[in-house]
Amino acid sequence: MPEVLVFATLNGLVTGLLLFMLASGLTVIFSMMGVLNFAHASFYMLGAYFAYSVSLYFGYWTGLIVAPLIVGVIGALVERYGLRRVHQHGHVAELVFTFGLAFLIEEAVQFFWGADTKNYQTPDLLDFPLFTLFGQEFSAYRGFMLAISIGIFIGLYQVLTRSRVGLIIQAAISHPHMVANLGHNVPLIFTAVFGVGTALAGLAGVIAGPVLTTFPGMALVLGSIVFVIVVIGGLGSLPGAFLASLLIGLLQSYAIATNVGMQDLLALFGLEFPRSHPLDDLWTLNLSQIAPILPFLLLVLVLIFRPTGLMGKREQ
Amino acid sequence: MPGEIKVLLKFPARFLTRPLSVLVISLAAFAAVQARAQESEPVRIGFMDPLSGPFASIGTSGLLQIQFAADYLFNSRGGILDGRMIEIVPLDNQQSPTESQIQFRRAVSEGLRYIFQGNSSAVANALNTAVLRHNRRNPGQEILQINYSAVDPILTEENCSFWHFRFDAHAVMKLNVLTDFIALNEEIKRVYVIGQDYSFGHVVAETSERMLNEKRPDIEIVGNEFHPIGQVKDFTPYVTKIVASGADAVITGNFGADMVSLARSIIDSGLDIPIYTFYAAYDGITATLGADGKNRIRLVHNDSGNPIPTEERKQFYRDFKAAHPDRDVTQPRLMNALSMLVQAMEETGGADPHEVALALEDMRFTNLSGEEIWMRGSDHQIIQALHISVMTDENIEFDADNSGFGLYTEHFVPAEQTVMETSCEMRRPRR
Repeated sequence: MPEVLVFATLNGLVTGLLLFMLASGLTVIFSMMGVLNFAHASFYMLGAYFAYSVSLYFGYWTGLIVAPLIVGVIGALVERYGLRRVHQHGHVAELVFTFGLAFLIEEAVQFFWGADTKNYQTPDLLDFPLFTLFGQEFSAYRGFMLAISIGIFIGLYQVLTRSRVGLIIQAAISHPHMVANLGHNVPLIFTAVFGVGTALAGLAGVIAGPVLTTFPGMALVLGSIVFVIVVIGGLGSLPGAFLASLLIGLLQSYAIATNVGMQDLLALFGLEFPRSHPLDDLWTLNLSQIAPILPFLLLVLVLIFRPTGLMGKREQ
Repeated sequence: MPGEIKVLLKFPARFLTRPLSVLVISLAAFAAVQARAQESEPVRIGFMDPLSGPFASIGTSGLLQIQFAADYLFNSRGGILDGRMIEIVPLDNQQSPTESQIQFRRAVSEGLRYIFQGNSSAVANALNTAVLRHNRRNPGQEILQINYSAVDPILTEENCSFWHFRFDAHAVMKLNVLTDFIALNEEIKRVYVIGQDYSFGHVVAETSERMLNEKRPDIEIVGNEFHPIGQVKDFTPYVTKIVASGADAVITGNFGADMVSLARSIIDSGLDIPIYTFYAAYDGITATLGADGKNRIRLVHNDSGNPIPTEERKQFYRDFKAAHPDRDVTQPRLMNALSMLVQAMEETGGADPHEVALALEDMRFTNLSGEEIWMRGSDHQIIQALHISVMTDENIEFDADNSGFGLYTEHFVPAEQTVMETSCEMRRPRR
């Protein structure tokens, strides 16, 4: 059992930190503009596809740098020429706009790259097992993913809390008019933040593409879970998003690793049902079977008992 | 028409004769033109599969193949039924049973009488019910379901229907062959079964366990795992469990992205054990797994990938490749299904689904591979030889995804040995 525990923790951390790279951008954009960007996961997918195409000609490492930049520029353009115009018509219009954008990007990806899974591989440099524990290898690439995500978290936190740019952004979040009166170009800040947020999503796509497979459904698979994280963490709270990402990554990983289910729960009460019972499916349910929907269960619970999320401040 | 006659009747009787005869003549001429038009009208066939969403790659690849087959085998040779063309009508169901109902309504309103569907047994079951209900309520407007790939046995067992024909061996037939093959391998002692949490995944899990227990009681099933279909981001946590269980073989019915991610996670964890699958090839899967999957991934399927026995089928593959360089012929059973359907139409001299269904029953047909396949009349299940192939780059003439890797037949089971009894009690419509 210890080997399962160790690897479940490692897997949970890798997934959790990857989710954080998406959630961080989403939550910062939300706190600034007050709009939930439904297309956020689509930028993640774009990152993977751009990196794949670039890697075909210039190798993985060029893709790692170029793809997030392209995605960031696209994100900034979307904000400047799309969202900003829609903004005048209120939040609902913005929401619908990003919703439509998500579909548009998915279709565009299928149009240009096709519906097949893309052969996007980890770089040869990282194609070795980092360590082998209890007969299972932990690949160097996963270690690299961990390192990048932690680096991003530290970097982002430092910029937002210590740097001058971070101060202006924080001020622009709560008092946009005051910041504008002080002579700062608030719309430019918004565009930049949106660009950086989508670039982060793109970066997540670049590093996740080779291990989680690059296919047109990848945005859909991750998209819903990112919203769950942002809500659980507290809308607009960066530390909250970090906490929620790790929580959900580990929760899913541990749930899959366990073998307990309804039968064990019922056995505690000395109950047992025959296989022919009409509710057999329910009595034989395993925790691992429902692991991927646990985050949504958690979302419902959080919304009922703590609507502001774990570390959210907004609730006026 | 009744309106016109009413108008005419208002005229005095002596004016009646001439206009009436004119009307009769023009009506007759109109009917003749109509009949002509119907003769040269295309035979429209619906193709209902995911053409968007997470499983789009399988659906779009199938659509290209059936369109190519229709043009190549029939339309370019003067069509069917004395000059009628085959028109394939795409119906995108996004692999959801709900969306399939909507698409089915659309098919009905467009007057389609034949619907091909293959991906997901959940959809096939929903469609089966919808078709049955529609046909009961609309005699003379029947629709035929041509199932080329959904392998839940229930479709030819308890829920078998006169209006449903399956052109792929069902899951239990395939697993019977696969477990025979696994039983031959003395090195395998511990097997892990993992699959998508829906009807087909459950059939795979239960049947593998039951059959391995019968054939090799010394094999232990060390894991029986279900995961939600198309929801898992990362399979590594599952692989951790597989490693911990000490399994020396994995059986899975996964397809699409779920299959790629699972195989990749197994490979990435350094676990060097065989993976027995149904759908782990083509549509980007082979290229993505690449050299890592060599000699490790095995598939049970019909119609050999390599070697291809006849020049005729080789030429078909080459011409398909010339038309679609990025694609492969992944599902030869689509061509079998289309060709048998056309033969049934030719035999009955028309495209009436009821007549065609009767003609399909117990039809024996020699396909492009030169193999005689049989549509069993009692349950509408195709009986055809099965192959177990390994993913490799040796002796591969027709590779997958232009990767150099492809499927090579390792084990061959002739059609008569794949036959399984059926519990189907079919209710036949009276005419």
